[in-house]
Amino acid sequence: MSWRVTPDRVVGVGALGVAVLAPLLFSTYWVSTLLTETLFLGIVAASLVFLSAYGGMVSLAQVALYGITGFVLGNVVTNGNTKGLNLGWNPWLGVGLGIAIATTVALLLGALSSRSTGIYFLMITLTYGVIANLFFGQVTDFSGFGGISGIDAPAGIGPVTGHPNRLYYVALGVSVAVYALLRYIVRTPFGLALQGVRDDPVRMSSLGYNVMLHRTLAFGFAGFIASLGGVLFVWWNGHIDPASIDLGATIDVLIIAVIGGLTRVEGAWLGAFLYVLMLNYLPSITFLGSIGITQDRFHTLIGIVFLVIILVSPNGLIGLWERTLKLVGSSRFGRPAVEAPGGGTDV
Amino acid sequence: MRIQRLARYAALGLAAGTVAFMVIWVLFIGRGTNFGSAVHNPKDFLITLLNGITAAALYFVVASGFTLIFGLMRVVNMAHGAFFLLGGYIALTLQRRWVGQGGGFGLTSEQVNLTNWILPALIGAALVGLVGVAMQQTLLRWNQGQELRQALITIAISIIAADQMLAHFGGVAEDVAWPHKLDQFDNLHVSGIIYTRTRLFILALALVIGALLWVWLKRTRIGMVIRAGVDDRQMVSGLGINIQLTFAIAFFVGSALAGFGGVIGGSFASLAPGVDGNWLLNSLVVVIIGGMGSLGGAAVGSLLLGLTTNFASAYLPSNYTYYSIIFTFVLLAIVLAVRPLGLFGRPA
Repeated sequence: MSWRVTPDRVVGVGALGVAVLAPLLFSTYWVSTLLTETLFLGIVAASLVFLSAYGGMVSLAQVALYGITGFVLGNVVTNGNTKGLNLGWNPWLGVGLGIAIATTVALLLGALSSRSTGIYFLMITLTYGVIANLFFGQVTDFSGFGGISGIDAPAGIGPVTGHPNRLYYVALGVSVAVYALLRYIVRTPFGLALQGVRDDPVRMSSLGYNVMLHRTLAFGFAGFIASLGGVLFVWWNGHIDPASIDLGATIDVLIIAVIGGLTRVEGAWLGAFLYVLMLNYLPSITFLGSIGITQDRFHTLIGIVFLVIILVSPNGLIGLWERTLKLVGSSRFGRPAVEAPGGGTDV
Repeated sequence: MRIQRLARYAALGLAAGTVAFMVIWVLFIGRGTNFGSAVHNPKDFLITLLNGITAAALYFVVASGFTLIFGLMRVVNMAHGAFFLLGGYIALTLQRRWVGQGGGFGLTSEQVNLTNWILPALIGAALVGLVGVAMQQTLLRWNQGQELRQALITIAISIIAADQMLAHFGGVAEDVAWPHKLDQFDNLHVSGIIYTRTRLFILALALVIGALLWVWLKRTRIGMVIRAGVDDRQMVSGLGINIQLTFAIAFFVGSALAGFGGVIGGSFASLAPGVDGNWLLNSLVVVIIGGMGSLGGAAVGSLLLGLTTNFASAYLPSNYTYYSIIFTFVLLAIVLAVRPLGLFGRPA
């Protein structure tokens, strides 16, 4: 396969270069807050986009799975002075256990909902998400309303306040690895069969593929990806409570995925970056303040942005980008490389 | 394929075993629970049963609107919870405007007569119905058939609505006052149970609404068109029937039911930010259990959810009461494992 220079690749490599050099280019606040948050939110959203683009399943349980990892990690590694079990184990053991439990839960939930698709799948996974939120809110053994505080990153990475760049680079490394893994998975026989299941489950079933198994495994795999984001979130935040995985948080990740575009995994990080930018800077635009949209009304604003994106460009910004490339058409890069993965989820 | 069949039998067996164990536990064992088993303490068992049924009544009022809209238009209205809250807040505002602000904790039922509750409730429901129709006509109508896009649009509406309600009505929990006549206790003359009249009133309302919906759908012309539309939308419009008008009517009724449920819920419990999410969850669970688009399914689903939540919190050993949320999930899991489309669901 020859490596052609395409607009997609130029932009991608450029973005990666900027990301690697970010600590030299931007302020500490930008790197440690905005960009790190972009990376882990992007990972969670990428797990949603993967399921949607290649499995035809829009899942609203990804935030719950990332929360489960966070709560397990918090229960395992903290040592006194906070809610939860306070086991005080090795932080890496906590990471492993958190990822393992979240992936197992994802496999179970995936098996349970594997006979549903489309809008049913959306509703079922939303109930998973809300139930997980209520569970951690009510069960004081594991968390309770106030959540778990004082969760430190392992010695080589944290504390975040002292070494802001370390967690950033960890998050960047994980993001690149997740992206590479997702790109790889969709070209494996499993990934191709999954796309077949997305497009025509009946035909795949009569060809001898186990449709439910493919959906279950895809959901479990996406749960694994989301749990990586959960680990980074807890290291970054140092605290997790039920509000971190409530309906609002679930919908925020959906918004990120939709802003980026539900058809391509890259869109997740793009959407996350824009979301974080809006979260931090939109309320300080004085024009908006003068028409009554202040920090407190952020969600009205994000709701309007979300609505406009769905109405104008159902495939998000990636969709706009692809349309622009098509319009430009005869650019000097030659043939526009529109590499959309087949049908995708019909938004 | 044999493995799949085995897994299915295993799931069925596990589901049946779980249900049987829970029934036996409540009826005969009940060790360490607050009340003891039903054979030892029939009074509290009956009260829990009544609580479950009356909770189900409110679930039904709200979820029947949700399932009506979905059944006809395949629209999953994620703003249903926000409509619930909006109906409650409209009634609250009207009631306070007419009767007065009341004391520090709002109005008490002594200050409110029957009209002061019913009129705000009906106006609140009607206004929410109009909001629903406006949303359907401006945002959903031209996206017909794009189910996911429509669901995302209603999610956006619910975010905006929830945030605006927080801005206008504040973050403090408030409640609509029941009329004095209803805020009483009745002696049921069964095991000496004294029961709140408001819960019985909610049950009566739900039965009336259920009966009216049934008559409307089964015995009137519009209901006939709606049922035909559920089965084959294009054929109905091909016969020269104005299906768009029917859609608008169904959306009005479905949203109004959410709003009316919000008034009842706001009187029975309270109105606060976050309540919308809980009621969206309740409606979703009811229709996933009962089957999307089926009125009977909504009734059965409401009953199962109401009984499960009430019995779980009453009959778990008292140190573990807070685990009751798991049983909502268990209920959902059992139904999905046995019937993925819900108990009364049909393939689209």
